[in-house]
Amino acid sequence: MMDEMTLDHASKPRLAPGVRLGENNSQRVLLMPERALRLMGPSLEIIERCDGKHTVANIVADLQKIYSKAKPEKVAEDILGYLQLLQKERALDFEP
Amino acid sequence: MKSRTANMPPPQTHPLALIAELTHRCPLHCVYCSNPQELQSRDSELPTEIWSRVFREAVDLGVLQADLTGGEPLARTDILDLVKSARAAGLYVNLITSGLPLDEPKLDALIAAGLDHLQLSFQGSTEDIAAEISGTQSHRQKLRVLSWLKSRRVAVTLNFVIHRRNIHQLPGMLAIAESSSAIRIEFANVQYYGWAFANRENLLPTRSQLDASLAFIQQAQKRLEGKIRVESVVPDYYAKYPKPCMGGWGRKLMLITPSGEALPCHAAKIIPNLTFDNVRDRPLQEIWLASETFQKFRGQSWMQDPCKSCDRREIDYAGCRCQALLLTGDPAATDPVCSLSPQRQKVDAILTTINSPALPPLVVAQLAAPVPSGTGTPACAPTTTHPTSTPNQSRADTPATWLYRPNPA
Repeated sequence: MMDEMTLDHASKPRLAPGVRLGENNSQRVLLMPERALRLMGPSLEIIERCDGKHTVANIVADLQKIYSKAKPEKVAEDILGYLQLLQKERALDFEP
Repeated sequence: MKSRTANMPPPQTHPLALIAELTHRCPLHCVYCSNPQELQSRDSELPTEIWSRVFREAVDLGVLQADLTGGEPLARTDILDLVKSARAAGLYVNLITSGLPLDEPKLDALIAAGLDHLQLSFQGSTEDIAAEISGTQSHRQKLRVLSWLKSRRVAVTLNFVIHRRNIHQLPGMLAIAESSSAIRIEFANVQYYGWAFANRENLLPTRSQLDASLAFIQQAQKRLEGKIRVESVVPDYYAKYPKPCMGGWGRKLMLITPSGEALPCHAAKIIPNLTFDNVRDRPLQEIWLASETFQKFRGQSWMQDPCKSCDRREIDYAGCRCQALLLTGDPAATDPVCSLSPQRQKVDAILTTINSPALPPLVVAQLAAPVPSGTGTPACAPTTTHPTSTPNQSRADTPATWLYRPNPA
């Protein structure tokens, strides 16, 4: 048994059934059973790429380009942390 | 952009979810049903158009999710239109169902109408316990529903309602969930209001049962992390601090009864001297912001000691008003399950009885009556009381006499 969940960088995250983007008072939110996560800036850019086509590595590379002033390893770390949080919430499926 | 009614800005504190009790009709007769003891009749139910307006008003108020519940929400013949209109209004649509009226075409139609999440309730891991608790043969149908859900794209939660008679079945319940497509499991201990309050002496688990169940749940949470969200609700009689009931009175949730009354919680109608506005007569936003009932226990000014000077008052909001009323007679008292409550001994006295190995004769619910005719009689007919138990027998092993929830007119 693993102590920590690990992400396969070649896998393609995709919103799980019953998880979708919504909007409230011009604010984007991620809706799922018993939860709603507010999305802004990077979190929205990550979610928009969780489409079953982008790999984890693609998402990291895209955001490193968008946030070129930030340290690339910091961007990667934040993205992996966020994807792991979403995995824990069961908001994502990871397609091989 | 959606137009906002009366050019009002969204209120600072707005409800996040709308609990829509579409009907009190139900094919099950669960002994812990969260519906009030005074069930509303079919004649009094809101029509489709008013529910549709309520969903639109809810979105304008900032609500994100609608919980379509009952009774059994699928008893409404307009359920597809209700799902469509809630989704079209911009809500995330949850359906909380027994699954009894479902078949595959109906399930497909619900998903096509915009259903986001289906929560299926279970009464146990086996047909015998489920039938005793719900007064209906229902377990096998629920397993069929799970098999249909596997090939469909919709979020699935399994809700297991836990109490003394089924708490030993947790492993079986978890096995059902793991072989399904559920992304979420609730192991929700019964909370003691209404029908559950009347049946409490038969439902409340013992301390040792509870401890064993919590250890099991913790292991499951660890093992299934990232696969299934495993959530647990304890019976708050055993808690040190009260639950932040409904996230605080008039803070996060709004419940609409089948006939259209707006309530701050499921049980609020038991509190004397409250009046409830009806969505037929008043817009939702006005009810939320201005009605006397929603303001009654909002904030802190109504609190008594020890709550009003307690560091936890912004965490649990003094607990549950209905529980305070039921156990102390005063709806503004500190929830007596709180270890800081001057009336905690009332809860302790109940726990002492439940945990006593040498039991007095089991309390028979006073109103005990068989389920009325209509959708069926209890699969397990109520038994009589049982003065024959041996001194070492735990109350948990004794047969129970139940007060079944009937069907409304």
